[in-house]
Amino acid sequence: MGGPSRGVILQLLLVLAVALFFAFVVANTKANLERAGLSAGYGFLWDTSAFDINQRLISYDSTNTYGRAFIVGGLNTVLVASMGVIAATIIGFLAGILRLSPNFLISRIVTVYVEFTRNVPLLLQIIFWWVILLALPRVRDSIQVGAFYLNNRGVRMPAPVFEQGSVVLLIGLVVGVVATILVARWARARQDATGHKFPVGWTGLGLVVGLPLVLFLITGRPIGLDLPEMGRFNLQGGFNITPELVALWLALSTYTGSFISEIVRGGILSVNKGQTEAAGALGLPSGLTLRKVILPQAMRAIVPPLTSQYLNLTKNSSLAVAIGYQDLVSIGDTILNQSGQALEVISIYMVTYLSLSLLTSTFMNWYNGRIALVER
Amino acid sequence: MKSAPRPFFRNRDQMIPGRPAPVTQVGVLGWLRTNLFSSWFNTLLTVAALVLLWRIVPPLLGWTVFNADFSGETGEECTAAGACWAWVDQRINQFLYGFYPPRAYWRVNVALLLLIPAVAYVLFDKLPYAKYGRWYSLSYPVIAAILLIGGFGIERVPTDQFGGFMLNLVAGLAGIALSLPIGILLALGRRAKLPVVRYASVIFIEVVRGVPLITLLFVAIIILELFLPPRVSLAQLVRVMVMITAFSSAYMSEVIRGGLQSIPSGQDEAAQAMGLSYWKKMRLVILPQALKISIPGIVNTFIGLFKDTTLVVTIGLFDILGQARLLQTNPDWIGKVDHETFLLAALFFFVICFSMSRYSINLERRLDTTRR
Repeated sequence: MGGPSRGVILQLLLVLAVALFFAFVVANTKANLERAGLSAGYGFLWDTSAFDINQRLISYDSTNTYGRAFIVGGLNTVLVASMGVIAATIIGFLAGILRLSPNFLISRIVTVYVEFTRNVPLLLQIIFWWVILLALPRVRDSIQVGAFYLNNRGVRMPAPVFEQGSVVLLIGLVVGVVATILVARWARARQDATGHKFPVGWTGLGLVVGLPLVLFLITGRPIGLDLPEMGRFNLQGGFNITPELVALWLALSTYTGSFISEIVRGGILSVNKGQTEAAGALGLPSGLTLRKVILPQAMRAIVPPLTSQYLNLTKNSSLAVAIGYQDLVSIGDTILNQSGQALEVISIYMVTYLSLSLLTSTFMNWYNGRIALVER
Repeated sequence: MKSAPRPFFRNRDQMIPGRPAPVTQVGVLGWLRTNLFSSWFNTLLTVAALVLLWRIVPPLLGWTVFNADFSGETGEECTAAGACWAWVDQRINQFLYGFYPPRAYWRVNVALLLLIPAVAYVLFDKLPYAKYGRWYSLSYPVIAAILLIGGFGIERVPTDQFGGFMLNLVAGLAGIALSLPIGILLALGRRAKLPVVRYASVIFIEVVRGVPLITLLFVAIIILELFLPPRVSLAQLVRVMVMITAFSSAYMSEVIRGGLQSIPSGQDEAAQAMGLSYWKKMRLVILPQALKISIPGIVNTFIGLFKDTTLVVTIGLFDILGQARLLQTNPDWIGKVDHETFLLAALFFFVICFSMSRYSINLERRLDTTRR
């Protein structure tokens, strides 16, 4: 008798408190906006932005709208986040496996790397890499590594030039990938049925790399390389990556990589030792044991926390604002200062990051479902 | 009569003394063989590691110690090839206390000294006067606030003069002290049977966890002003602390929810059968077990929170990172201390965060009553 009614009263009080709080906030905001002469709403997105963005994936100049500037920033966030996720995964798995290596020296070196990067603030690491990159020589005295030029404006690298006929290559690549997937399915079905193995790896390599390569030679090399060259004052040609992007990418991937390595190590340690011994008794070499026995089981423990590391990396990419890489938050900040539309800009941040998070976790949940233990 | 046939194996009347293991299996040589040169691949790794160490360690030692300059008034006196540590002697106070008035440094130091027993009474339970110690720990935040900000007869120091590592410590400790209880409440709220309480908790947790901390800090400096009546303004430090606390409470609540979920429902039912009220049940039965399980996660959240305090530099507060940037652009030191200041700041964080993580591993082992 006393229980439920007390619960109802408690909830009513909570609703009341929340409603009062929001009424208070809304009233204040309205009054403050009126005093500042601002109007609420998203109409400002169609106004001219009047500022430049030097790092962009789609065409943009200062006569474009705020809305387009937001899209440019969002794409930059996606760019650095996906580059970071790929690099962090590679670093994390390598470091996690190497830390468990019987080799004393290697496991100690990896331990020092992991403990140091994990326990130092990410922002400090980002700015540190940035300062180092800015201290590189000027453009005229660029350090040349092959076709790459390193200087304080970033890294200039060869850019692919697509001429007529490159579409054929793209089609070839897609055909190769699809064919590889089909072959892999067929091979697995055959191995399950007959026990005969099929060299899927080599076939796949031939299809994915060989097919476009043959097409490339047949169609008369439609893709060229635009090599950077040292002009009188400046580097010409090629493709430039800004030091901000490089610094952010380096710091994000080494920092998140050290967290992923701990997850991988925990995952591998969670696999029963009997599995390794059984694989050894069957005569599997240690590399194959890791690949075919340990990792598939460890992945079940690895994937869920891995997802949250990917989400963290995406959110941490917003620290770009500290070094002036023009990601969503950095561009949004400029827009906020110009237009004064604070609430709207912040709401755009929230919606963008929430949808990126949702997208990542949907994908990872799908993957997790695929590798989950199937109980029979 | 034939004598008994000679046995194929000669009977021994004494044990053969054990032979020592081959030299390649024991001692230094054996250790080297099993750990570094057990296979050709392992040998390759070892050689690669040695080359890497040779390329990194001697130059690093040379730069930080052997070729470094340790004294001087300005960066111009740093002429050696290595690091320039002269600024430590000259500017360490700015690095540690920011713009806090030098005549009041003692207040920060006393607050830090008083922190040690306050933390000790929380962490260890077998200390003398434990009962009073708990009360002391509870009242420590008030004591520290009075010492740092002033009032009650002590000279006031505005919070915008807080800076350097002290700012990181103040923001971090306040966040740690507040985010644990708020996180517990949120976790309980998320598992509550009352739908309003549950949805309010879920919305708060998911929204806060879905966005980067930096956007919350922008909210703190830009939007909070819009939300409050005119003429009411909160100190920037307070707003930042509110946001950092909100951010880590959301993460904390998820860690604790994980712990709560791992408690078998029999515990809950048994506590109810004993006639315990909701809060008594939580305080005496469920939470002690759930928190114990969540310790590694809780400490990791603390570490994350402490590292995140450096983000205040993006909204114009000069914490240790901000002071490092200031020194790097200071005319006396420009171009000389770019790496040195970062290295020292990184070391400060490393020492604190690394010891926290070691402590949590240690605690985890000590509290683990299931194994053994």
